[in-house]
Amino acid sequence: MRSRWLMFAITFIAILYFYMRDSLVTTSVIGTAITFGLPLAMAAMVGIMCERTGIVNIGIEGTLLVSSFVGFFTASASGNLILGLISAVAMGAISGLLLSLLAVTWKMDQIIAGTIINILATGLTSFFYKQGHTIPSTFPEVDIPGLSSIPFFGPVLFMHGPLTYAGIILIFVLWVALYKTPWGLRSRAVGEHPSSADTAGVSVIKLRYLNVAIAGAFGGLAGAYLTLELVGSWDRGFSAGKGFTALALMIFGRWNPIGALGAAIFFGTAQAVTNQLMITQVVTIPQQFTNMLPYVLTILILAISAGKVRAPAAEGQPYEKEQA
Amino acid sequence: MKYLRSWLLPAIALLVAFAVGALMMKIQGANPFVAYKSLFTSAFGSSAGIAKTLGKATPLIISGLAVTICLRAGLFNIGVQGQLLAGALASAWAGYAIKGLPTIIHLPLALLFGVFFGALTGIIAGALKAFRGVHEVITTIMLNSIVLQLGEYLAYGPFKEPGQQLARTPEVLNSAKIPQIFGMPLGFFLGVALAVIAWWVFKTTTSGFRMETVGRNKSAAWYAGISVKRSILISMFVGGALAGLGGAIETLGVVGRYEPAFNGGIGFDGITIALLGRANPLAVIPGSILFGGMRGAGASMQFAAGVSPDIIDLILAIVLFLVTAPLIGKMIKSIRDTEQITTGGWGN
Amino acid sequence: MSTLLELTNITKTYPGVVANENISLSVNKGEIVALLGENGAGKSTLVKAVFGLVRPDSGEIRIKGDLIAAGDTAAAINHGVGMVHQHFQLVPVMSVTENIILGDEPRRGIFIDKKKAREEVVALSQRYGLEVDPDAIVEDLPVGMQQRIEILKALRKDVDLLILDEPTAVLTPQEIEELLGVIKNLASTGVGVLFITHKLREVMAVADRVVVLRNGKTAGATTPQETNEEGLAQLMVGRNVVLQVDKSDAVKQGIVLSIRDLQANDDRKHTAVDGFSLDVHAGEIMGIAGVEGNGQRELVEAICGMRPRLMGSVLVDGQETPDMAPHKVHRMGISHIPEDREKHGLVASYSIEDNLVLNQFDQPPFANGWIRNATALEQNATNLVENFDIRTPSIKTTAGALSGGNKQKVVVARELSQNTKVVVAAQPTRGVDVGSIEFIHKQLVSARDNGAAVLLVSAELDEILSLSDRIAVMFGGKIVAILDGKDADRAKIGRMMAGLAS
Repeated sequence: MRSRWLMFAITFIAILYFYMRDSLVTTSVIGTAITFGLPLAMAAMVGIMCERTGIVNIGIEGTLLVSSFVGFFTASASGNLILGLISAVAMGAISGLLLSLLAVTWKMDQIIAGTIINILATGLTSFFYKQGHTIPSTFPEVDIPGLSSIPFFGPVLFMHGPLTYAGIILIFVLWVALYKTPWGLRSRAVGEHPSSADTAGVSVIKLRYLNVAIAGAFGGLAGAYLTLELVGSWDRGFSAGKGFTALALMIFGRWNPIGALGAAIFFGTAQAVTNQLMITQVVTIPQQFTNMLPYVLTILILAISAGKVRAPAAEGQPYEKEQA
Repeated sequence: MKYLRSWLLPAIALLVAFAVGALMMKIQGANPFVAYKSLFTSAFGSSAGIAKTLGKATPLIISGLAVTICLRAGLFNIGVQGQLLAGALASAWAGYAIKGLPTIIHLPLALLFGVFFGALTGIIAGALKAFRGVHEVITTIMLNSIVLQLGEYLAYGPFKEPGQQLARTPEVLNSAKIPQIFGMPLGFFLGVALAVIAWWVFKTTTSGFRMETVGRNKSAAWYAGISVKRSILISMFVGGALAGLGGAIETLGVVGRYEPAFNGGIGFDGITIALLGRANPLAVIPGSILFGGMRGAGASMQFAAGVSPDIIDLILAIVLFLVTAPLIGKMIKSIRDTEQITTGGWGN
Repeated sequence: MSTLLELTNITKTYPGVVANENISLSVNKGEIVALLGENGAGKSTLVKAVFGLVRPDSGEIRIKGDLIAAGDTAAAINHGVGMVHQHFQLVPVMSVTENIILGDEPRRGIFIDKKKAREEVVALSQRYGLEVDPDAIVEDLPVGMQQRIEILKALRKDVDLLILDEPTAVLTPQEIEELLGVIKNLASTGVGVLFITHKLREVMAVADRVVVLRNGKTAGATTPQETNEEGLAQLMVGRNVVLQVDKSDAVKQGIVLSIRDLQANDDRKHTAVDGFSLDVHAGEIMGIAGVEGNGQRELVEAICGMRPRLMGSVLVDGQETPDMAPHKVHRMGISHIPEDREKHGLVASYSIEDNLVLNQFDQPPFANGWIRNATALEQNATNLVENFDIRTPSIKTTAGALSGGNKQKVVVARELSQNTKVVVAAQPTRGVDVGSIEFIHKQLVSARDNGAAVLLVSAELDEILSLSDRIAVMFGGKIVAILDGKDADRAKIGRMMAGLAS
């Protein structure tokens, strides 16, 4: 708990200090941090929604890969970004349904079920991948009138593409839904102690299916964001481990959407600052070490937070109604 | 009956996967019969083909074992790829940088370098799991990427072959190369021997019993006085060591040096092979020969039928899906009661 | 008098076991029906079928005359059925209010109306005179309070039929009295109550009618007026029951197990064992009586080296045993029949053979160095299966495939076959059939007769009373009193278990 506050305090003071020194660069670095952090935060939401209802989702990586793939090639073939977005979200939801089938209905080991999704996603995308395709453009930046002219916060928060706004808004929606609505109460109950939800007339199976599918759709949105708004292209292994990093951020954020968002932005900041230092040649580190940064950070974050946080109690266990 | 069952499920899975693969080829307008025929004749149809297949199978057996042993101990080691790369990198360095030793010392030393660094990579994940409760699936995946980047850095930088444009290490000295027997690297026999040893360890030794008890019921293991932490450390160490050995054998016997394009996919095939063999060390051997054949001869489908070798990835993914998901068991009653494979779960 | 619940010919089988066979029964408005039976008689399965948690294979469930589909929990709830489950159906990390409203939350728009929910809980608790703190987190509350929440949860929806599945198992005698009062009160307001228990006194105290189950079948139906405790017991067990275990007087020898000022925490780091001292002699059975959750589990685990000892020591023959080293403690002569056999006692996917050497697999003759000895394993298993009457098709059968009683016999066989100095038996007959209970009791007595010091921990007071040579009553992690087994008075022990003055 203390390490978390310490982290936020250090981040805040650092931002303030750098802003006083060089407002332009600092603004751009923090803007980049959001760009880096957001897809991770969105992917972490996939994990949160699944694990809050008791399903471990190791397959986020596969969901990101296959949905970004479908999104990109649909947009490329049709020349329509919206169509690409829709197909990516649909593909994400399908991957979620597959996980439900394996983990909920067939009661498979959930770690293996997720691994299967990852390997299937790799197999499918590398087989169907064709080089040389492009999309006409990425989703354009939309500046929110008025808000975008606020110093610092304007460029950082209100000068992004539409999927960025959608992602941030949905993260807050998920947070409110999880803690303030009947759906959230029931979902959390299913993830903590499914038989108590079942005996209160809540269908554990249905809710798990629903939530894992919605989570998959969320992952599809993250995939679409990566390919159609952030990068504008697609290549083999496109997701680059983000699905696993997201799981670490979920744990660090204590399965709380806002916590995971905070962790993701911290993560993005670390990367953006490193990039900035490289660009300005304040320090010279080999490219490979900066590439390593997110992976090393992921391990460090887990080593710090694991064991101190409490996961949803029913996580990873298939629900056997008759053992209630 | 029991043996029939344990063979039947993977066999059906393979058939179905090949059928799906054929359908995919058909959709692409290729002739699946021509493609499969060329695949199998080039993999198993000649002695040269078989030698190549067995050569390809060697690192697969070892990485399949690395996953299998950890699965037995309740750990899902999907970081074989990174451990393999660490082993390849270390053995390549030992192979070119240490000079003036006779083969009888140099080769084992270079292999040992690979084993040690593979084990080191494995035990990082093991220690994080045992002492901090961090799940091995995330740490091993992250370590895969870290080792890959590290390898790239070294191959571009300190370990770079002088005067070369490409990023790669110098070639290992002849004194560190694995000799060939009948056109086949010696490593294959070593792999088979290791599989048999692993099988024997689990079947008859107390160490095997300890690891397996932890894998099946951690609380009961604790009650029985078996240290769960120690078992986690040992199995990740052994898993990593094996993977490192696999990387070393591939480097010293086949590739001859380290380059960033080193085939890390071996590690992922190892996962599929281990699950396909339902965590039985002996089953790793036929699985690896099959995979080795397909990987080695995949390109022949391109010439014969214009089918991209990427179809192999798809077929293998489908095999994995069919073997692990209880789909076939639900349709064919007689093989329903095959035990499901489980990992140690998400918690501790 | 209108019929609330009518069950006709309910049958439910599990692989190898018939849990319910053609059971019919009814409950009327304002009536308390007790469903009596031994562990494993099929009581829980039957009421779970009523509540839709188990799908019966055949038979008809009618609530207020309407046919209810098998496995339809929602329909049961809508027909005014409330159930208090044997294992609490509460989400530990949530508040009392959240637990009570779960499944039917008061709303404001799409949000939960938290204020209204809280008011509703306060009103509910006042209406039935069951006081609770609506904002408390469930896992912080004592067991009796959690039970209250369960009952309030069940009563919330104007329940007409209340099912209570073994509600008294974890309560103190005083809490039981209180609960029985609540049940009577409810019945007087017209609620029908189906009350499951295996405790005869409770049946005689509150039931209007009694239905007795034995081995999944109806063994008889009667009323407290027509019978007495002996008669009910006979129906329940099917023969004249020997309430006393056959045993000779203890031949007490020197002190073997000596526990000194032991202190240990529970899983939530609260003090559970608080300065516990006790000496157990060779050749005696020392029973630990107490309501569950008074530190018994932690005591056993601390003795056996499975839970850190914060203070104090455990000595065997004057030698101090190591902390947190179950294997070494075992080696020094303490056998341990663990409370949770599925979790600690067995590896379900291992063969009986392997389970029978689980904590001595690396000792001769079962291993020479690090090679296991297959012949010795087989011989050991064959002997124990025969001597301990383990009913199994083969010694290679996995332990998970056995019935509860036979699983427990595997654990008991392993622990008692080792000629140890001390036997720590925690809830040795929980969830075990009558035949196996009797067998296990005999084995414990014969271990005593062979000179072992037996420490018996059980939540079943009857078990403690019938087996123990001396009885230590435990409350709040301490020993309240040590009594002689012969002149132990049930009522007096009950008061001590509740923490009232001795």
